[in-house]
Amino acid sequence: MSEEGGIKKFMFVNRKAPYGTVYALESLEVVLITAAFDQDVSLAFLDDGVYQLKKGQQTKGIETKNFSPTFRALDGYDIEKLYVEREAMEERGLTEADLLVDVIVLSRVEMGELMEQQDVVLSC
Amino acid sequence: MLHIINKAPQERNSLDSCLRVARTGTILLIEDGVYAATRGNAAEGKIKDAMTRFKVCVLGPDLDARGMGDRLIEGVQSVGYDGFVDLVASEPNCQSWV
Repeated sequence: MSEEGGIKKFMFVNRKAPYGTVYALESLEVVLITAAFDQDVSLAFLDDGVYQLKKGQQTKGIETKNFSPTFRALDGYDIEKLYVEREAMEERGLTEADLLVDVIVLSRVEMGELMEQQDVVLSC
Repeated sequence: MLHIINKAPQERNSLDSCLRVARTGTILLIEDGVYAATRGNAAEGKIKDAMTRFKVCVLGPDLDARGMGDRLIEGVQSVGYDGFVDLVASEPNCQSWV
């Protein structure tokens, strides 16, 4: 299961829109903690989770922290594998150009295959 | 009646339930509900159809928070918190489709 040095493949599956619930923010905090332990981390964005990566979030009017800029800082923590479900974007009128970070776009089938390869999958 | 919907159309069936049962009045989309009124969303057709029976509004601060302020479906009215209060006051009653 684990590779040399105890490094495991972690995938965080994000399926929630960013502000209606606290799931998205909590997931991001756990991602940053995991990165501190030098694990092989992937983030997957499915369903309403793709909204977390939408450009142009302006949260002043709802008096909530805008955590979307944190996604741009993830490469500084060696988290560079962000996967987005193509069909989820299409059903929401989004394209890669609408997202605030570079991502790898996968079909549902490819996403499922990638999940199979993980040691640990955490879902939010 | 004022119908308030706070869930995204692909997450819960709140919008579908409202549109199935409600007859007339105003629909106000708030929180994650605002995604239904954005161009290209799978719910776009339902919202356009609803606009023939209802006045459809979104809460502007919730739309902006989600980065969707530039893709509101034409004809849907964006209101602020004061507009929210005005809608509640102007309708005889209201229902939250939680």
